Amino acid sequence: MRWHRLAAIVRKEILQIRRDLPSLLITVAMPLLLMLGFGYGVSFDIRHIPVYVYDRESSQQSQDFLKRFQASEYFNVMKTVDNYQAVIQALDAGACRLAIVIPVNFSEQLKTGGPVSVQALIDATDNNTANVSISYSEAVVQTYNQQIQLEWLQRHGQARLQPPLKVDARTWFNEDLESTANIVPGVVAIIMAVIGSFLTSLTIAREWERGTMEQLVSTPVTPLELMVGKLVPYFVIGLLDTALCAGMAIWWFEVPFRGQWSVFFLSCTLFLIVVLSLGYFVSVVAKSQLAASQAALIATFLPAFLLSGFIYPIDQMPAVIQVTTHLIPARYFMTIIRDVFLKGTSLPLLLDDLLALALFAVLLTILATRAFQKKLS
Amino acid sequence: MTDNDAPPVIVRDLVKRFGDFVAVDRINLEARRGEIVGFLGPNGAGKSTTIRMLCGLLRPTAGQALVAGYDVAREPERVRQRIGYMSQKFSLYNDLRVIENIRFFASLYEVPDSVLKERVSWILDMAGLSGRKSTLTGTLPSGWKQRLALGCAVLHRPPILFLDEPTSGVDPISRRQFWELIHTMAAEGVTVLVTTHYMDEAEYCNRLVLIFQGRIVASGSPTELKQRAMTGELVLVECAPLGLALDLLRQTPDVADAAVFGNALHVVVPEARTMIPRLRTHLSQHGVIVARMEPIRPSLEDVFVSLTAAQGAGGKA
Ligand SMILES: Nc1ncnc2c1ncn2[C@@H]1O[C@H](COP(=O)(O)OP(=O)(O)OP(=O)(O)O)[C@@H](O)[C@H]1O
Ligand SMILES: [Mg+2]
Repeated sequence: MRWHRLAAIVRKEILQIRRDLPSLLITVAMPLLLMLGFGYGVSFDIRHIPVYVYDRESSQQSQDFLKRFQASEYFNVMKTVDNYQAVIQALDAGACRLAIVIPVNFSEQLKTGGPVSVQALIDATDNNTANVSISYSEAVVQTYNQQIQLEWLQRHGQARLQPPLKVDARTWFNEDLESTANIVPGVVAIIMAVIGSFLTSLTIAREWERGTMEQLVSTPVTPLELMVGKLVPYFVIGLLDTALCAGMAIWWFEVPFRGQWSVFFLSCTLFLIVVLSLGYFVSVVAKSQLAASQAALIATFLPAFLLSGFIYPIDQMPAVIQVTTHLIPARYFMTIIRDVFLKGTSLPLLLDDLLALALFAVLLTILATRAFQKKLS
Repeated sequence: MTDNDAPPVIVRDLVKRFGDFVAVDRINLEARRGEIVGFLGPNGAGKSTTIRMLCGLLRPTAGQALVAGYDVAREPERVRQRIGYMSQKFSLYNDLRVIENIRFFASLYEVPDSVLKERVSWILDMAGLSGRKSTLTGTLPSGWKQRLALGCAVLHRPPILFLDEPTSGVDPISRRQFWELIHTMAAEGVTVLVTTHYMDEAEYCNRLVLIFQGRIVASGSPTELKQRAMTGELVLVECAPLGLALDLLRQTPDVADAAVFGNALHVVVPEARTMIPRLRTHLSQHGVIVARMEPIRPSLEDVFVSLTAAQGAGGKA
C-alpha cells in the first residue's frame, strides 16, 4: 500500500463525485426521503384500537382497571357488553380488534395476592395490529400491577417508598409505547445499508463500463489501494448521511438517544465498511452499472429489511430462518443501533454484536479484493 | 532489467483461449530496444488480446512472455511499472480536467515531484494543450485526446510502450503528428508495439507482424514483406463491368491473383510489361471496357490480402 497512489485515487474519486451532480443529490436526498418515508409510512404506531369490554365483576377495582384502557390513546373503548356472545360477535364483525374480559373474582383475587388473569381476545387477522394490541395491553397491565404493588407496600408501612422507576425502564425501554421510537433507529440502519452499497456499487462498474478500468489496471496501482481509495470518500459520505439520519431521528422524530456516541460511531463505522465492501464486491462481479446497483440493493435492502429483526422480531421467525439471520450483518447492527438509541447499552454488552460486525467487515473486504484480482486474470 | 542486451519483449508460444475459442495461437516474437513493431490484422485477429497479455492485464493460457525481463504471468506488477499502455478505447477520465488526468496518472506511477512540473509541461506542449489545462477532457477533439492519452502513458518514461490502435478515429494530420511522436520516442530507445488498422501507418513501423485468426502469418520489415509476398508484379486495372473482368482474369492461366481494390482491380502477373497488352485484348474481346491498365508498386494492403488469402485457403485445406 503506497500512500501516494492511495491519495491519488481518493482525490480523483472526490473530483468525480463533485462533478456528478445527480449522484451528489442522491446522497443528500435519498436519506432524507427514506427517513421521512419510513419514519411516517412504515410507522408501526397503531392508535385508537377499538376495544369491547365485558366486565363480569363490575366492582370499583375492575372499573378502575378498565379506566386505564380508556385513558390510553392507543385504545378506544367502544362499548361495554354483558355476555360472551356479544364479545365474539363484535370480534367476528370487526367492530372491535380487542376485547377485555374481567373475571368474576377480579378484586377478590387481587386482594389475596393470587395471580389474576384478565382475558384479552384479539382479532389476529392483522398480525401486526394484534401484536401491538398485545404489547399495549401488557403495558397497561404492567403499570397497573406496579401501582397495586406500591399501594400494597404503602399499606404495609413503607409510605415514603419511591416508585421503582427502574422496573418500568427495564421492561419498557420505550415507555411512551411509541413504536416510532422503535422503528426509526432501525430505519437509520436500513438507509445506511442501502446508501452505502448503492453508492459504491456504481463506482467500480462505471470504470469498467467507460473503459477507464483498463488504463487503471495497467498502472502499478494495486487492487487494495484501488479499493481503499475508492471507498474512503464514500465512507465519509456514508458517515455524513448517518449523522443526518441520526439527527433527524433525534430532533425530528424525537427518538431518545440514551447511549454513548463513541459506541454509536464505532458500530456505524464497522457497518459502513461492511456495506461499502459489499457494494464494491457486487460491482466487481456485475457487468454494468445498472446490474450492479440493482444487485447491491437486493443484496442489502431485502435482508436488512426482512431478516434483521427490523419488522419481524427474530425470535418469532421459524427456526431455520433464525439461524440464517446470523449471516446477515444488518442483524447485528440493528441490535446495536436500537440498544444504543433506546436502552443506552454500553460497550461491553454489545461486544458480541460488534465483533460479529467486525468479522463481516474483514471478510467482505478480503472477498472484494479477491474478486477484483480474479476478474483481472 | 537484469540484462541490458536482452530484447525488452520476448514472446514464446503464447496462447490465449476463451473457452474453446483460441484467440491467440502460439505467437512467437522478439522486439529490440528502440524498435517499432506493428501488429496488423483484421477485426478479431487477436491483436488486442496479445497486447493485453503483454501488459499483464490478461493471463496467458499457455506459453511465456517476458517484458522488461519479467514474466507477465508471474510478476505483472513489475511489468506494469516498466510499460506504458494505451488501450483501444479512450480510457482517460472524461469528467476530469486535462491537468487532473495528468496529475492522477503521475501519482499512480509515482513520478517524483522534482520532475513532475517539467513532465506536465512536456505533455501539454506535445499534445498541443498548453492553453487548455483546465478543459474537461471529454470535450477535447479526438486527436488531442489521443495525444493526451499517449502523454499519460509515458509520464513515467517507460522503456516499453504498448499502443492498441492509438490513432483510430483521428484525422490524418493528427495521425501524422502522433507518429512523429512515436518515432521520436523510439529514437530515444523506447520499444514500441503498436496495432493498427491503417495500412499507410504500417509503413512507419520498423517491423510488421501480420496476425490472422490468432496466428502470425508473416513478419518482417514493410519492404521485406512486400518483396516476399509478391511473387510477380502488380497491375492496376480500371474497367467496367468489374465483376465480369474479375472472373475473366481469374480464369487467365498466367494471372497469379486478382482482387478488387476500391473501384479497380489489382492483378498479380509474372511480368507486367508483356502481360498488359495480352490482358487488354482478352478483356476487350469479352466486352469489358478498359479505362486504365498499368503496373503499380504493391502496397501493404496487397501484401496483406495475398497473405491472408493464402492462409485462409491453407487453413481450410
Ligand atoms: N474476454 C473475452 N472473452 C471471450 N472472447 C474474447 C474476449 N476478448 C476477446 N475475445 C475474442 O477474441 C478474439 C480476438 O479479439 P481481439 O480483441 O484480440 O481482436 P483484435 O485483433 O484486437 O480485433 P480489433 O481489430 O477488432 O480490435 C475476438 O474474436 C474476440 O471476440
Ligand atoms: Mg483490438
